[in-house]
Amino acid sequence: MTTSAIFVSETSRGRFGPYGGQFVPETLMAPLRELERAYLDARADPVFERELQHLLSTYVGRPTPLSLAARLTAHLGGARIYLKREDLAHSGAHKINNTIGQALLARRMGKQRVVAETGAGQHGVATATACALLGLQCLVYMGSVDMERQCPNVYRMQLLGAEVRAVNSGSCTLKDAINEAIRDWVTNVGDTYYLLGSALGPHPYPTIVRDFQCVIGRETRAQILSAEGRLPDLLIACVGGGSNAIGLFHPFLEDPGVHMVGVEAGGEGIASGRHAARFADPQRGRTGVLHGTYSFVLQTPDGQIMETHSISAGLDYPAVGPEHALLRQQGRVEYTYATDEEALAAFHLLAQLEGIIPALESAHAVAEAVKRAPLLGRDALIVVNLSGRGDKDLDTVMKRTCSQQVEMER
Amino acid sequence: MGLAHIAAVFRNGRTAFMPYVMTGYPDLATFRRVIEHLVISGADLIEMGVPFSDPLADGPVIQAAAQRALENGITLADCITSVADLRARGLHTPIALMSYVNPILAYGVARFVEDSAAAGVDGFIVPDLPPEEADELEAACRQHDLAMVYLLAPNSPPERIALITARSRGFVYLVSLTGVTGARDALPPQLPQFVARVRAATRKPLAVGFGVKSGEQARAVASLADGVIVGSALVELAGRSLEQMTQLAREISAAVHAGESPLP
Repeated sequence: MTTSAIFVSETSRGRFGPYGGQFVPETLMAPLRELERAYLDARADPVFERELQHLLSTYVGRPTPLSLAARLTAHLGGARIYLKREDLAHSGAHKINNTIGQALLARRMGKQRVVAETGAGQHGVATATACALLGLQCLVYMGSVDMERQCPNVYRMQLLGAEVRAVNSGSCTLKDAINEAIRDWVTNVGDTYYLLGSALGPHPYPTIVRDFQCVIGRETRAQILSAEGRLPDLLIACVGGGSNAIGLFHPFLEDPGVHMVGVEAGGEGIASGRHAARFADPQRGRTGVLHGTYSFVLQTPDGQIMETHSISAGLDYPAVGPEHALLRQQGRVEYTYATDEEALAAFHLLAQLEGIIPALESAHAVAEAVKRAPLLGRDALIVVNLSGRGDKDLDTVMKRTCSQQVEMER
Repeated sequence: MGLAHIAAVFRNGRTAFMPYVMTGYPDLATFRRVIEHLVISGADLIEMGVPFSDPLADGPVIQAAAQRALENGITLADCITSVADLRARGLHTPIALMSYVNPILAYGVARFVEDSAAAGVDGFIVPDLPPEEADELEAACRQHDLAMVYLLAPNSPPERIALITARSRGFVYLVSLTGVTGARDALPPQLPQFVARVRAATRKPLAVGFGVKSGEQARAVASLADGVIVGSALVELAGRSLEQMTQLAREISAAVHAGESPLP
């Protein structure tokens, strides 16, 4: 277990190098401390671990497969590409790894009421799922713009017994939903557990979410060793807040031969300013504080948080998890971006060559593999984290494809 | 000016009326008149809010005011300039800037404190900056002899009460309830015990804010604390009717200052 070492040494105040921390109203300082203690206590308890493992294998469907993408590999004519199939986890994305873990923690802490934020709706669905499973009351905040974009997921959450509350402040998207979830938590702090969905926010959330997502990297490691007898040369994952990426990367950080690439949302291109690439745009992406953590944030020159754009709602967020900021600074992980167009092309390519419809988030990682594989030799190994399935995105892709066809016919 | 200027507000056991305003709301010209009216109504210290795009400690009224101010193009630099302006027009009332941390980081902490001091700001309140994260800002405040006010919440445990009362300079800001800013119909029943717990730990002035909207509530808070902070109720009226705002400010000021001997 990597947990305690991190807590004691590099993050005694929840820091990853200079990043991270606890930039929150005083009302949350004591609850965050309570959460940290409860979490450390839970991870040291074999009963908690057993129940988590049991649910991951009998409910979530873990381990998820590591699939060789044979036709994609042949098509690109370079490195052998494997896909880590988080799209096959229950509820359709890696998000469930974290929500099951945190919901167990909430129950253990005696909190009956769970609040969460959601952007695309995947974390909201995964939270509603875990709460239904464990008998917890669930309230999900969602920006009204996102509710319109992701209508089926709103209905899924409601089917699962959650209340979905529309957020009409600011840009009416994910960041505003997080603001509202935090305001709720501040108000109902006694009986409420805030189930944050990505590796961001104030300490200890970035560590908790990472630890619960590390199951992705641990399984990948065992699976690639069994399939190929060696570690991969390259890991690729998309980075919104960065939980699927940190979950895949973290168990390989001590392996110098394993190169890692995080892919941000390039939207309509960096120069357009309509993107969510915190690292790729030095003019707008600067260090700052959003939602309790110090990291790279897309902001105006006078420190107002900017609205972001991505075709994928799950990457459409102006800050990046603090541990990614450190890994970038250390040069351990390389960060790049894929545009909406590149992600869409990868979306179609994977569907046609492998029979897998990826989430638009994950399609950003696939797009990077499309660029890299031909540059590597045939004996090189790439693992792409297929963080979720694309059913939720059919509407977005259909609209986009249809409007392009109409334009071409004009 | 600075820390001493704020300390003078509470001298001789005086209880302070401390209204909060959103800079540039509803527009810059009206905002100046808001300040004038508050001062004439008896404000002892002005908390000048700096608009931020993601004010997670604020309720709907201040959120909307911040949004409007941002649409008016107000930046942190404008807020500092506004203070310099008000000082040039002869405003003597102490001013604390209340800003979320990110605009301060973007401005640059050292330059922010330096420019604020030069403009005539007396201190800072940063709701998302607990003392654990505030070393740089606090050091700069000490260098310029400005107040750095930290907040306490009803759920702050004894060790945090000790930490924050020790570190806070100027006064200690007691958040009356667990929640966001905004007017409430009744004061939280546990408020007297909360104030007493903090009082036992420090002799520094204690100001109570969040949820106060009437003269009656202000009188009750004034009986416990050294300062009464009123935000949303006044901000809401400032956006609607200067006259009504002034009426409420007078009512609250009278309630806060009742029982004091008239000024010489």
